Amino acid sequence: MTEFTPIEALVGGMLIGLSALAAMGLFGRIAGISGILGGLIAPGIGDRLWRFSFLLGLVAAPLGYWAISGEKPSVVMPSPTGLVIIGGLLVGAGTALGSGCTSGHGVCGMARLSRRSLVATLCFMGTGFLTVFILRHGLGVW
Amino acid sequence: MRHYLMSFLIGVLFGLGLVISMMVNPQKVLNFLDLAGTFDPSLILVMASALGVTFIGYRLLFQCRKPLWADQFSLPAGEIVDARLIGGSALFGIGWGMTGFCPGPAIAAIAVGNEKVFYFLVSMLVGMAVARWLGRSAGRRAPE
Repeated sequence: MTEFTPIEALVGGMLIGLSALAAMGLFGRIAGISGILGGLIAPGIGDRLWRFSFLLGLVAAPLGYWAISGEKPSVVMPSPTGLVIIGGLLVGAGTALGSGCTSGHGVCGMARLSRRSLVATLCFMGTGFLTVFILRHGLGVW
Repeated sequence: MRHYLMSFLIGVLFGLGLVISMMVNPQKVLNFLDLAGTFDPSLILVMASALGVTFIGYRLLFQCRKPLWADQFSLPAGEIVDARLIGGSALFGIGWGMTGFCPGPAIAAIAVGNEKVFYFLVSMLVGMAVARWLGRSAGRRAPE
C-alpha cells in the first residue's frame, strides 16, 4: 500500500524536468536513462565520461538525500527474485529495442511531440498495466 | 572538468526527483500500474509535471542555435513507428510491470536497495547487451 502523494509527485517531477532541461541546454542531450546507460556499455559510442558522471549522480542522489534528511529512501520490491530477473532482462532488451524508456520516451520524447515516443509510451504503459493486472489479479503472484 | 561536475549534478538532480517522488520505490510504481487494486495515481502526476516543465523548457531551448557546451542538439532522427519500437516498448512494459523498475530508478536505487536491485540491474544489462548485439548482427544500426 502506498498513499497518493501529489505534492511530492509534482515536486519530484519538476526536478526531473529541470534535469532534462539542463541536459539539453548545456549538453544538447536527451535525459533518457536507457540510452545513456546503453551508450556506456556499447562499443564505439562515445562520451563515456558524460554518461558515467550522470549515472554516478543518479546513484549519489538517494545517498545525499539520506545523509541530509536522515530518511533512507524506501525501495520495496514485492516481486519474487525469479520475476525480478526475467523482468530485468525484458526491461533491458525492451528499452534497447524500443530505443527508450520512461524518461527518454515518456518525458523527453513526448516533450518534443515525437510520434515515436507517444506510441512507445502508450505501448509500455499498456503492457505495464496488463502485466500487473495478470500477475496480481489473475495469477495472484503478489 | 567542470563539464563533468555539471553532468554529475544533473544526474543528482534527476535522482533527487526520483527520490522525492518516490519513483525509486517499485512498490509505488506497481501501485500505479495496479488499476484494479491498490491504485496510487502519483506516477501520472510525476510524469505530467516532468513533461510540463520539459515541454515548455524545450520550446525555449530550441530557439537557440545550439546548446551551451556542445556543437549541436543531439536529437533522435526519424519518426518511423516500426515493429522494433512497438515490440521493444511492449516488452519493456512487461518487465516494468513484473518488477516496478525501469532503468533510472533501478540505477538510483543501487546504494539504498536490497539484493533484488542488484539482480535486476545485472539482468537489465544482459538484456541490453543481447538486444544491441542482435540488432547489430541483423545489420541495423543499434539504438543510441
